Amino acid sequence: MPGLNPTRVTLDNGVTVIAKSSHTTPAVSMLVGVRTGAYADPADREGTAALCARVLDRGTVTRSADAIADDLDGRGASLSVVTGRHQTAIAATCLAEDFGSVLALAADVARHPRFDDGEIATRRDNLITTIRQEEDNPASMAADAFSQALYGSHPYARKVRGTVAGVESIRRQDLVRFHQKGFEPSGITVIVVGDLDEDAAIASVAKLFGDWSAFAKASADKPALAVPDALPIATRNLVPVPMMNKSQADVVYGFVGIRRSDPDHTAMSVMNNALGQYAIGGRLGDNIRERQGMAYYVFSSLDATFGQGPFTIRAGVAAANVEKTIASIDAELTSLLDKGFTDQEIDESKSYMIGSIPRQLETNGAIASFLLSVETFGLGLDYDQRLPGLLSAVTKDAADAAAKRLLDPVRATIAVAGPWSPA
Amino acid sequence: MVRETVLGNGLKVLIQEVHTAPLASVWCWYRVGSKDEGPGVTGVSHWCEHMNFKGTRNIPRDQVKGIIEKFGGSWNGYTWIDQTTYLETASKDALDRMLFIEAERMDGCLYDPADCESERTVIISELQGGENDPEQLLDTEVTAAAFKVHPYHHPTIGWQTDLETMTREDLYGHYRRHYVPSNATLVVVGDVDTDQTLKAIEKHFGKIPPGTVPPRVKQVEPEQQAERRVVLRKPGTTAYWKAAFHAPAFEDEAFFPLLVADAVLNGAAGLNIWSGGGVSRPQRSARLYRALVDKGLASTVSGALMPTQHPYLYGIHAGVAEGQSLSAVEEVVLGEIDRLRTGGITPEELKKVQAQLRARFVYDGDSVTDIAHQIGYFETIASWSAYHALRTRMEAVTAEQVNAAAAKYLTASNRTLGWFEPQVEA
Repeated sequence: MPGLNPTRVTLDNGVTVIAKSSHTTPAVSMLVGVRTGAYADPADREGTAALCARVLDRGTVTRSADAIADDLDGRGASLSVVTGRHQTAIAATCLAEDFGSVLALAADVARHPRFDDGEIATRRDNLITTIRQEEDNPASMAADAFSQALYGSHPYARKVRGTVAGVESIRRQDLVRFHQKGFEPSGITVIVVGDLDEDAAIASVAKLFGDWSAFAKASADKPALAVPDALPIATRNLVPVPMMNKSQADVVYGFVGIRRSDPDHTAMSVMNNALGQYAIGGRLGDNIRERQGMAYYVFSSLDATFGQGPFTIRAGVAAANVEKTIASIDAELTSLLDKGFTDQEIDESKSYMIGSIPRQLETNGAIASFLLSVETFGLGLDYDQRLPGLLSAVTKDAADAAAKRLLDPVRATIAVAGPWSPA
Repeated sequence: MVRETVLGNGLKVLIQEVHTAPLASVWCWYRVGSKDEGPGVTGVSHWCEHMNFKGTRNIPRDQVKGIIEKFGGSWNGYTWIDQTTYLETASKDALDRMLFIEAERMDGCLYDPADCESERTVIISELQGGENDPEQLLDTEVTAAAFKVHPYHHPTIGWQTDLETMTREDLYGHYRRHYVPSNATLVVVGDVDTDQTLKAIEKHFGKIPPGTVPPRVKQVEPEQQAERRVVLRKPGTTAYWKAAFHAPAFEDEAFFPLLVADAVLNGAAGLNIWSGGGVSRPQRSARLYRALVDKGLASTVSGALMPTQHPYLYGIHAGVAEGQSLSAVEEVVLGEIDRLRTGGITPEELKKVQAQLRARFVYDGDSVTDIAHQIGYFETIASWSAYHALRTRMEAVTAEQVNAAAAKYLTASNRTLGWFEPQVEA
């Protein structure tokens, strides 16, 4: 299997450019990744990154919001700005013939946002409506309650989308400052994937991003962001969020996880697959969905980033089955800690994870996201080719040790949102 | 590009070679969906779909897990109003395994009574998870109000009362009636050799008895005579608005003109209901987006005209912004629809949305999985060649046809309006 072998260049000002040619369809996907996100929200302005993302592409110094809309819509191109804890990305998809124009627009949006007062007002109300909609969504409410209980005073307790009070207090100046501070050439990665010539694409990016003057000293390697450790959790904690009008309850059960740079990361990802992903939800799916018929969905996930993101198990169940579901998760974890995985489980998860790489790197959009993650976490441009070997090397003992390191029902944090409250 | 073959037992096989990645995608489509269900057994097609992952004569129950994952593959399935379909996408080395699985699924599923019971609660959990979403609740009520006669009336997942009472015999009978070669289409797309693939298909499927083509739905929804309204008052935080107009079926000549009308109102959405292209709609210059979202009345607005076998619905739905009213949103949408019906679209708008739709059709087929989906989807509701004709049909649309379609379909007496009015809990 040939690897992706993309071309990567660092411009003089520190902007990193990665181009990958792929001729499956006459289209191009691009990502302008910016190393800032909700983590950088000022303490009393939760939602700054989220609002910035919504306003960023609503007008630049030289183009009005309407002009941008007309330009994109006229080409059938899509452009959106998404933000997470540590990263904001301008994502665009267009036909190959429109690549140059859409790239130029993405560069303009990244560099010269207008932050028009009228647009800020409209998108602020829009974001507040989204926050209010999520308050009626048990899955979101359970996840929020879980994060707050798990992380306490650590910044990961906060919501990326912000709070109504936080969003209401954001002023134009906050957005301008957030942009000035966070949108910095050395923290920018531009990724272009699709029906293009790699060298020509890099030249186009260089022309549009190369004269962006750097405040910090340019460097080919971006240092990892220092996020403090989460406070250790010694006791079990159950947080109910009663939503009596709902049909069923969402359960989030989990622990503080690991950093992406953790040497155990690959072993953890195999452990996660065998526990709560493989086929219909790994061991947890076998028990809770297949054997007990209690849930349509149950799965685990590992969110490893610059800091210790959470390791979570999630399920949607009838209120009458909440206790039984939590007890079943406890029992599966206890059994795993006592007896470990079987060799077969680990072999199957590894073959699946190795075998699925070509499928997961099939589309332009998927390749672009993968390359951004590779660049963000410094995994190396040949990561797609090294990954099978890394996965192969994970032993059953390593997966068992990974489980022991993270999972312990006695220290579990559990949130339940829905028509349920503890007896 | 596509090679069509019909096996002796009536199974239609469609193969397209795509050599960009070492993958193959296999989809097996059945012409059975929730419209093919009678009273008392709503949801049976979807429940059968779940049962058809639970072991067969030659795939013991405990070997289902991992059967395709070992090859790095993914599998899935879905049921909707006209169709039930199953897929595997994996390394091309797993092609024979994928074909074996689909042949087993067509003829050898077990419907173990204990598995049927266990799945009953899984499906009710799926239904209740959906009910947690007020937009989905509203959609179910509006659709049911819009159809009085045609079985598009009931939701694909079924009514919970039917899910509580259906029996193993209901499920198994439905399976045996509809899962026959003459009611199915097998699609293979990927890094494969067509001749060798056909041989493998003959080996796995050739001996399955043809069965008889099941009876088809005959009901025709009578023309709607008056506007209908549904008002849902339930605890919640924000309001949602929806309109549904009876709409032309995919093969009707008015389908593409109405698709263009939707693109003018909401931006082009494309025609892949599986992936949606994974790309957000270009809608910021669309009429309803500018009138509702840019004006702060709604947080979102969207439209949906789905390609279906029988006349279904054209829906418009909006999330009402905090502090704004359902009636204000309704007034603006209905005002924009009147403007479209009386003033039509401009040549510039036609040019813009045709460019959007051209791009969407490209994004709709950017993986072997999506290409195979599209071929099978259109074969199931019309013909596979319709997939390759999408662009031609769309480009042939004139502004006059769009105006005529809007004038005919977007009328007051042809619509059902739905409100979700959140009630603050005491």
